[in-house]
Amino acid sequence: MEENHEEVVTQQVASHDDVPVFRTKDLSVFYGDFRAVRDVNVYIKAREITAFIGPSGCGKSTVLRCFDRMNDLIPTARVEGTVEYHGVNLYDREVDAVEVRRRVGMVFQKPNPFPKSIYDNLAFGPRLNGIKKKADLDVIVESSLKRAALWDEVKDRLKASAMGLSGGQQQRLCIARCIAVEPDVILMDEPCSALDPIATARIEDLMQEIKRDFTIIIVTHNMQQAARVSDQTAFFTTEVNPESDRRTGVLVEFDKTQKMFSNPSDSRTEAYVTGRFG
Amino acid sequence: MFIERETMSASTTQSWTVADLRLAGGRRRTDVRMRRLFIAAGLITLLVTGLIVYTLVKDAFSFFIDVPKHELWNIGWFPRRGFFDIKTLVVGSLMVTGVAMLIAVPLGLGVAVYLSEFARPRVRRVLKPIVEVLAGIPSVVLGYFAIAFINPNLITVLAPGANKAFNFAAAGVAVGILTIPIIASVAEDALRAVPLALREASYGLGARRVATTFRVVLPASISGVVAALILGISRAVGETMVVAIAAGAVGGGLFSTDPFQPGQTMTAAMAALGFGSDQVAGDGLAFQSLFFIGFLLFVLTFLLNLLGDRLVRRVREEY
Repeated sequence: MEENHEEVVTQQVASHDDVPVFRTKDLSVFYGDFRAVRDVNVYIKAREITAFIGPSGCGKSTVLRCFDRMNDLIPTARVEGTVEYHGVNLYDREVDAVEVRRRVGMVFQKPNPFPKSIYDNLAFGPRLNGIKKKADLDVIVESSLKRAALWDEVKDRLKASAMGLSGGQQQRLCIARCIAVEPDVILMDEPCSALDPIATARIEDLMQEIKRDFTIIIVTHNMQQAARVSDQTAFFTTEVNPESDRRTGVLVEFDKTQKMFSNPSDSRTEAYVTGRFG
Repeated sequence: MFIERETMSASTTQSWTVADLRLAGGRRRTDVRMRRLFIAAGLITLLVTGLIVYTLVKDAFSFFIDVPKHELWNIGWFPRRGFFDIKTLVVGSLMVTGVAMLIAVPLGLGVAVYLSEFARPRVRRVLKPIVEVLAGIPSVVLGYFAIAFINPNLITVLAPGANKAFNFAAAGVAVGILTIPIIASVAEDALRAVPLALREASYGLGARRVATTFRVVLPASISGVVAALILGISRAVGETMVVAIAAGAVGGGLFSTDPFQPGQTMTAAMAALGFGSDQVAGDGLAFQSLFFIGFLLFVLTFLLNLLGDRLVRRVREEY
């Protein structure tokens, strides 16, 4: 008994420090018969930024979309292996995808504000969660916009359509909208690929600020961006399947960003980060 | 010659002449002929429309000049006796359209939302053509369906006082059935036009399917959905055969606001005027009154279609 008790205690202590936010074990994703990505093993630590890099078609976005079960929306998509979220199997029968998405927010490649007012965009998530009082919503809208560094630009036109904002502002609005539901994790799927360098820099600064509160995973085509913003980096590439001539994504290397970009273990990573391939 | 030119241009810096780039004669002639053909097709359509409007306006105008004005506001629509109470017909049309919309709006929008947001692709592939087949049922069939089935089994059961043979309500329900596929198909197009990115944004924030449908997809496609409703109304107002058969008043009708009694609508009145020459001959003005109603109907549906078209156009611009 005594021993058991101790074990539980150590486990709890361990879980506080070491159980990652996400851990995948031999994760493969299929679209119908086609295996889009195979055997991914990564762990995502809390309050860190993890970057997924790699050439087009390497499955990095597909893996990202497993973390909030966005792949569920594609009828043919199927997952093998496991994704653990705080130690819980995300694809367990009893896990509700909607509950997952309330904790794991997502920012998409193309800014996708609703064709509603700025205020209504921000209030969308909180309203879903049953917050109805205007005073409460006002507070959330303001604080979320402030945390997304957008408040000063839009505070005088909260009732104006979000479609009237610039691309960079729209993307920060989408980040603010995500923050407004107080998620645990924010997934970003190439959030800057539709933006100019100045807007990109603002988003990168913003990521550094909000990583104090959120765990962030970012998929990016831009290696410099990964090097600048992330703590850990996962490099994916594609393999041609000799039988079907189709390409399957595969995780090559996963390590601290500094090491990935200065002294990678795998020659393919080195070739990619030095720009000789991809 | 072609090769000659290529080698020439490659070997020298000599400039080309227009002849080098001119279209060959035969192909140019075909081009011109085809263009004339298409222009002709367009002009003929325009001409026919113009003639229709001209005929309508001419006789409608002479009717309006000749008719004693007090006859336009009377106890009912009896063209053979010279009673041309327009409100009888307009109210009749409104009642049929109203009943039709009670049926077609919830069912049509329901089908649209189901097909666009809830149905699995396989179900959708089967169901959508079935809904569209509804649109292909000749309205005369639905007219008899209204008398033989809808009135005895639905209307007179729900409203025991209703006329056992003919009434507006039975006709309205049948018109509603005819209108469902129009509303469903146009509204479904509008719903499906909402970009996937907006749905993903909604799901990403933890919205369920119902919340996504009602808070994101429907508001984003509202003008297209409204357009679907307007096109449906326009179809219902213009429907003739069902009303002529099932609403019941043959020669004319007293002014009535009771949907459970037989009566006349604009379209049915026109059909009745056109059916028998003896009826039309009853009064000198009766025949011309046909054009007057026709003109009113034309203006009404034209305005509705214009409005619907505007809204559909707006949808395209939105996102």
